[in-house]
Amino acid sequence: MTDKPIIKVVNLVKKFGNFVANDHLNFNVYEGEIFGFLGANGAGKTTAIRILCGLSHPTSGELEVAGFDVYKQSEQIKKNIGYMSQKFSLYENLTLRENIRFYAGIYGLSKKEINIRMDNLLENLHIGHLRDQLIGSLPLGWKQKLAFSVAIFHQPKIVFLDEPTGGVDPITRRQFWDMIYQAAKDGITIFVTTHYMDEAEYCDRVSIMVDGRIEALDSPAGLKQHYHAENMDEVFLKLARAS
Amino acid sequence: MKKFLGFVKKEFYHIFRDPRTLLVLFGIPIAQVLIFGYVVTTEIKNIRIAILDQSKDDVTREITQKIISSGYFELQQNLESSEYFEDIFKTGDVKEIIVFEPDFAKKLGKNETAKMQLIADASDANTANLIVNYTSAIIGDYVQKENKLLNIPMQIKPVVRMVFNEKLKSVYMFVPGTMALILMLVSAMMTSISIAREKEMGTMEILLVSPLKPAQIIIGKVIPYVSLAFINAITIIALGYFVFGMPINGSLTLLMAESLLFICLALSLGILISTIANTQQMAMFISLFALMLPTILLSGFIFPIENMPVILQGISYLMPPKYFIIIIKNIMLKGTGFIFVWKETLILMAMMMVFIGLSVKNFKIRLQ
Repeated sequence: MTDKPIIKVVNLVKKFGNFVANDHLNFNVYEGEIFGFLGANGAGKTTAIRILCGLSHPTSGELEVAGFDVYKQSEQIKKNIGYMSQKFSLYENLTLRENIRFYAGIYGLSKKEINIRMDNLLENLHIGHLRDQLIGSLPLGWKQKLAFSVAIFHQPKIVFLDEPTGGVDPITRRQFWDMIYQAAKDGITIFVTTHYMDEAEYCDRVSIMVDGRIEALDSPAGLKQHYHAENMDEVFLKLARAS
Repeated sequence: MKKFLGFVKKEFYHIFRDPRTLLVLFGIPIAQVLIFGYVVTTEIKNIRIAILDQSKDDVTREITQKIISSGYFELQQNLESSEYFEDIFKTGDVKEIIVFEPDFAKKLGKNETAKMQLIADASDANTANLIVNYTSAIIGDYVQKENKLLNIPMQIKPVVRMVFNEKLKSVYMFVPGTMALILMLVSAMMTSISIAREKEMGTMEILLVSPLKPAQIIIGKVIPYVSLAFINAITIIALGYFVFGMPINGSLTLLMAESLLFICLALSLGILISTIANTQQMAMFISLFALMLPTILLSGFIFPIENMPVILQGISYLMPPKYFIIIIKNIMLKGTGFIFVWKETLILMAMMMVFIGLSVKNFKIRLQ
């Protein structure tokens, strides 16, 4: 983790009619860190992440992702980010190899490059034998892990994970976080939303959203100390009740 | 461009690995053409009739013989009294009863009017109408020939010709209609479902986050269906031509070009539907109710638009298949060139533009 900001958000506001989903958000995410974006359902996490990925337009505010302006340079941003949502899995009726070829292909990777990286990936995960299996025949845990591998296959600067571990068993969740750590070690900045408070402990820094506002932003240890809490669960409950 | 080709390839994988999609794409069109061609028919053939001949003379026998040998009718039974008419119809075996009054030939000989009665089972009104018309025509024919022998001075003889479909074959009606129906089904329904599937699976978001442009995504999804629908169009025309003898009097190139235009129109409708529908199921329902039923009912495919209430006639002007059917009939049956169908072509193009415009607008709203 460096002190060079890779995401800059100043006074981000997003309104749907009269409803304010994001109320003047201000934060920086630094290169190489694992940034946790916490909040209850409906607190505005997904709205913010969608704006940063270019899936939704902000109402107002200044935003920079990977050094590019969200309003004017969304094409460059798209080349430099990866995205994975809870819903996302790979195409069920394509094989693992076809899925990887397809997704890597739309990011413009060459065939040769794709093959080299694919061999590495399959070897690292010890799943060479699954290469030509249809994704639909794999268990959910594997699908999620592979979806993550595909999301970072084009080696983006930042990867946005929107509740990536939803509906996954604890063991797979743990393995999933190992993969996140590995990606962070490889220099990819991780922006992750979750509502599992134990996962918050894995993050370098955590922001907690309540009703569209960021109520707290610090390292897990810092937050626990500040709110005199045993764990992140308590921190979160204290913040949520206060509002 | 390479990205784009990869996308199209992936779309073909989806189609060829899903048996249900394949069935809808290739099974249904062929089945539908054959069903419409063979089963649904407005011609009559071997209709069973009963005859109550109260005269039993040369003339009645001759008329009976003429009716039966026409090929349209088959004598089921000879009746002896008029008491059981309703019961006979109730069994459903007989569709028409022909009654000759007593002393039929004698009355004719005396230059009086001889009466015969046609009683038809009108529980199926259209068929009853057809049967009675055919019977009357045969009798009229007989009378005219007799008159010639008798040399009656004044007679008017209308000579009827059914231009463009001399034998009134119903296939000529159904091939264009089926083509409109199938191209609509394949293009609009299949694309809207396949786009909705990406939304449902969450893969659409991934594609939108990727460097692919939205237009590339949509065109990439649509191209496989354009080519498959085009193959379908060719299959239907070939089936009509080789199996049912449907002529292609006009330019085949023009026919293909118009089909392609209609396919693109249907696809733009499919895209529009997919901007509204978020699930495959919803896409299917909208396609079925908003496209299939109007295509069958309001396009002039089966029911003549001229006979509809004014409101429905008005609505039929908004139905793209209506124009497509007019175009195809013009080209295939009348053998006319572009000059005679440019208005309809223009309307189809305008409709396509509107649908594409609406899709783009809807898509932008969704991004807000």
